[in-house]
Order: sequence, then structure tokens, then C-alpha cells
Amino acid sequence: MAKITLDNLAHSYLPNPASEDDFALKELNHDWRDGEAYALLGASGCGKSTLLNIISGLLEPSQGRILFDDVDVTHAPTAERNIAQVFQFPVVYDTMSVRDNLAFPLRNRGAEPDYVARRVQEIAQMIGMEAELDRKARGLTADAKQKISLGRGMVREDVNALLFDEPLTVIDPHMKWELRTQLKALHNEFGHTMIYVTHDQTEALTFADKVVVMYDGRVVQIGTPQELFERPAHTFVGYFIGSPGMNVMDAEIAGDVARVGGAEVPLAAGYAPPAGRVQIGVRPEFVRLTTGGAGLPARVTRIEDVGRHKIVRLMAGDVELSAIAPEGAAIAADADRVTFDPAGVNVYADDWRVVPDGEAA
Amino acid sequence: MNKTVNQKAWFLVLPVLVLVAFSAVIPLMTVVNYSVQDSFGDNVFFWAGLEWFRDMLQSERMWNALGRQLLFSAIILAIQIPLGIFVALNMPKKGVWASVCLVLMSLPLLIPWNVVGTIWQIFGRVDIGLLGHTLDALGIPYNYTQNTLAAWITVVVMDVWHWTSLVALLAYAGLQSIPDAYYQAAKIDQASRWKVFRYIELPKMAGVLMIAILLRFMDSFMIYTEPFVVTGGGPGNATTFLSIDLVKMALGQFDLGPAAAFSIMYFLTILLISWVFYTVMTNLDRQEGPQ
Repeated sequence: MAKITLDNLAHSYLPNPASEDDFALKELNHDWRDGEAYALLGASGCGKSTLLNIISGLLEPSQGRILFDDVDVTHAPTAERNIAQVFQFPVVYDTMSVRDNLAFPLRNRGAEPDYVARRVQEIAQMIGMEAELDRKARGLTADAKQKISLGRGMVREDVNALLFDEPLTVIDPHMKWELRTQLKALHNEFGHTMIYVTHDQTEALTFADKVVVMYDGRVVQIGTPQELFERPAHTFVGYFIGSPGMNVMDAEIAGDVARVGGAEVPLAAGYAPPAGRVQIGVRPEFVRLTTGGAGLPARVTRIEDVGRHKIVRLMAGDVELSAIAPEGAAIAADADRVTFDPAGVNVYADDWRVVPDGEAA
Repeated sequence: MNKTVNQKAWFLVLPVLVLVAFSAVIPLMTVVNYSVQDSFGDNVFFWAGLEWFRDMLQSERMWNALGRQLLFSAIILAIQIPLGIFVALNMPKKGVWASVCLVLMSLPLLIPWNVVGTIWQIFGRVDIGLLGHTLDALGIPYNYTQNTLAAWITVVVMDVWHWTSLVALLAYAGLQSIPDAYYQAAKIDQASRWKVFRYIELPKMAGVLMIAILLRFMDSFMIYTEPFVVTGGGPGNATTFLSIDLVKMALGQFDLGPAAAFSIMYFLTILLISWVFYTVMTNLDRQEGPQ
């Protein structure tokens, strides 16, 4: 277990990166605190796996350093780093039995046979494969193979960190939930530093203490699930986290009032006049439908009942909006305005959140 | 399910049947015909029954040739398979050099058998050959026309030179199909180089290696041209393999009956071995299961 420090880290797959666009992973400084569980969230191709492979040493970064407990390991080979990593698609050693597969990392480190046997038994129980221990891994189903991969990742107790690269992609939904719970339990029990890459926000939010959101090779926000929900630091975070994503509208800001089209939207705090393209972002949870009076004129186009609540799709001028209405709430047929809860309105300039007056940056 | 019975469909396979008949069945039947008859010339034949088969099974000459043949196949498999794997493991995985290597590796495979034989026949000659002359000048006794060991070494080295590429190319194809994730997982699991080979590369190559072994075995078991050109089966009978002996018997001595009987047994042996390989290979596939 270790603290992992990324110092000025960046990576490009090109030999001579010319501009910032050539970097798959843009310059990054960050401490992964010892014993914390992180989720790395982002769309496909945003650099998540690159970052993970750099931490585990499968890739050498083009620039910067990586430190484990303040020891520079930038050029250390993977084996020396003693890290566990589970990949998106199952990797098993076909000719070995399930038992030997699970024991493999321990035996490679020269562990005592007694200990190996005990540990393999524990892990097999955790992944629910005790009955199949003596079977050949060849010919098992994809999710059984992935459980073995997970088990192999978890079998060493002394690893510096556990990295998961979208490990539950091939697992069926029921088992997904169970394995996630197991991973969480494992984390609580041993306190490994864990980094869990995913593009599934539910997975990220349920697994992690802290969620790291990446966009286009850059870390755009690191925070608790609540922070990501209430104060998305970048419009991408607002859009990517939440279902449906945050509503974003072009606006003009004057003190504590935003002007959208012809309507005025009250804000919770005052803002210094922001530069660049100014927008406001409101999560659908903070949108209310009203009839007449104040608010942004909008027309209901569709209502989706998703069980726990209803999603109302609207058009305000040429901007599409979504609102969430609680289950059972009647939606007035003549609703023609939307209002926003001022506490739920964030202001963005060139996609980055503007800090309101009075809030600590 | 109702099956439509339509006897006219037989006409559709007729062209294939005719082709196979002329290319394989009828020629084979002439051999069968010879094998059960005797002739003293003038195209007059006498019925001989299974006499030739009995003779051949008791012929020391044939058993010796079979022994040499099996020894030869065993030696070249023992060299070519590990060497081919070794070469494949050390070939570049991508880039310009990968293509260069592939082309270089394919070259020996593109040379006609008798040319390969001629190359080595000249290469090994003590009077004008680069190899033979150099060895001779260094004081190493080497003369494949007189020395049994030298003849064997020449024939084996020639075959290794000619065919190791095939094994290497097949093994290389097998290696290329291994996803990077396997190597990455092995690094994470801190596996040694040997374990990576033993548990990742070898199992993934098993299928193509079976094909390589089958091809190399069959081909070496039937080898004729190259040793015939280099040593002509000598010195003495030291490199007289089955097919060389067969040709000697059939065309040299004109013993058509025994030669035909022997051909048939030769053919059945090869058929049997192919069947064994086929069975092993399909079983291996079944074990793999759905991927």
C-alpha cells in the first residue's frame, strides 16, 4: 500500500509530440492518497487506460515522474512495482486450473505453499468459484474467466495499489453488483489504494470515495460524488454525470442574475463578469415546470416515465432541456415556463465553472 | 423437417467424381493391379495374390529404409520445431523489420526442391564447394560421398535450412494472435520469461505447432528429391530413404510387383499417421471450447 504521486506527468503515443493535441494524457499533477478508493471516470478514449498503464509501468510516460511513497519509480519495470491490475477483457492462463491461475502471482513471488493454499481458498470464496477450483480455465465462460482475472488481481495482500480497467464490462448485471460489493468489502478490509477505471457513472459513484473525471486527456474534476453532482467543475462533468445530464444554456451574467434569451434567471450568488463563452448549467433535478408568470418559456415535447421519476423533455427556444419530476407528480398540460432552483445553477465560462463571489476557490 | 429427395443431385457431383477418378483413384488402382500380379515382360501378367506384400514385410532392406526414414524425421523434427519457435520468438513483432524478416524467411521455401539439392550438392563438394573445401582446408574430414555421418549431416542441415522457415512462420503467426493484454497480465503477475513462454505463448501456439509438426513430419517422411540430388542415397545405402528405395526398386530394377505392394503399404502408413494427427488436432480444438 502506498501513496502514488504523479508529478508533471504527460504522455503521447507519438515520438515527437508537437502540440498539446498530440498528448493522449495532458500534463497532470496529482496525489493518489494511500488507502483511498478512486474511480476514474470518462468517455472512451479520454486517456483513462493510458494513465492506469503508466501507473502500473506497462507504459513509460513521455514526461514527468511517478512516485510510490515518494520513491521515484518512473522507469521501474512493472514487476518491481508490485501492483495488481485487472483488464477489461479476461486474461486467464488456459492450460492451468482455476486454482493455479489464482495462485500464480503468489507463487511467482515465492510464497509459502500453506499460505498460497489458504489465500486461494479465500479468494475463490470471494469470487464464488470454490466449486470450480480444479477445473481447467480453458473453456470457462467469459464472466467466469473475468472473475478469475479479478481474483488474480486481489490475491496478493501486499500490493502497492490495485488498478481496475473497466473490469466488469463482460460480467452480467447481477454478478456485477455482487462483485462491486466484494471489491468494496475488500477495500474496507485491507485498505488498498484502489483505482477503478470505468465509463459507467453508477459504477464509479457506488465504488469510490473520490471520483476523478477525465475529459480529452485531462483531469477536469476530482471530488466526492456529491461535489460532482452539485458543483460540476466543467460542463463535461455536468453532462457526463447524471441521468439525464445537466442542461447547459448560453447566458449573460449581470451580478446575481443570468439572462437567457429574454428571461431572467436568479442566481444564488453574485459573479464578477466572466470572460469567454458564458453559459449556465442546471441539473434536471433543479428544473421546475410552471404555468405563466416568471421563468423561461418552454414547450413540453416528451415525457419519459422511468419508474422512480419522470423525465420531461422540453424545448426552450432552440435549446433542448430536461427536467425531472417526482413520481406521481402531475405535469400540468398547460405548463409553458420553467424555473430553476437558484442553488442548483452554476455559471460556466468556456466550459469551466466560474467561482461565485464569496465561495472559496 | 422434411428432406427433399432429389436423385438428380448426383449429377452435380459427377464432375468432381470424374476428376478425382482420373487424378487419384484410377492411377492408384493400377498400382493395386501391379501389386497382386507378376510379369516377366511382354505385358504378360500372372496372378501373385498377396505374395509381394508378404515378401515386402519380410524384406530387411525395406525395414532398414523405414528405420532410416523414421530416424531422419525424428531428427529434423527435433531440430526444426524448437529452432522454428526460437526464431519466431526473436522476430520483430511489427515495423519494417518484421516485413524484412518475413520475406527473408520465406525465401528458402520458394526454392524448388531439386535446386535446393543442387545448391547443397555443390556447396558441400570438397573440390569446389565453399563448405566442403573450407572444412577440408581446416583439416576437418568431411566428404558426404564417402562418409556416412557427413552425408547424414549434410542432408539434415539442408532440410533444416530449407524448412525451418515454415515452422518459424507458423509459430510467428501463432504468436501474433496473442493479445497484448496477456503479456501485460503476466508482467503484473510478475511471471518470469520462461513462465510467459510456458503458460501463454506455448498454449496459444499449440494449434499451429500441431500443423507444423504434421506438415514437417509428412514431408520429411516422403522426402525424395533433395537427398537424391545430393547423395543419391549413398554412401552405400546410408541415406536411402523409403521413397528413394522405392524408386530404385520400381524404375531401377523394374520390380513392379514388390514396388507396388510397398507403395500401398507406404500410402496406408501415411494415411494412418495423418488420421492420428487429425484426431489429436480436433480434440485439441474441442478442448479449447468456444472462444
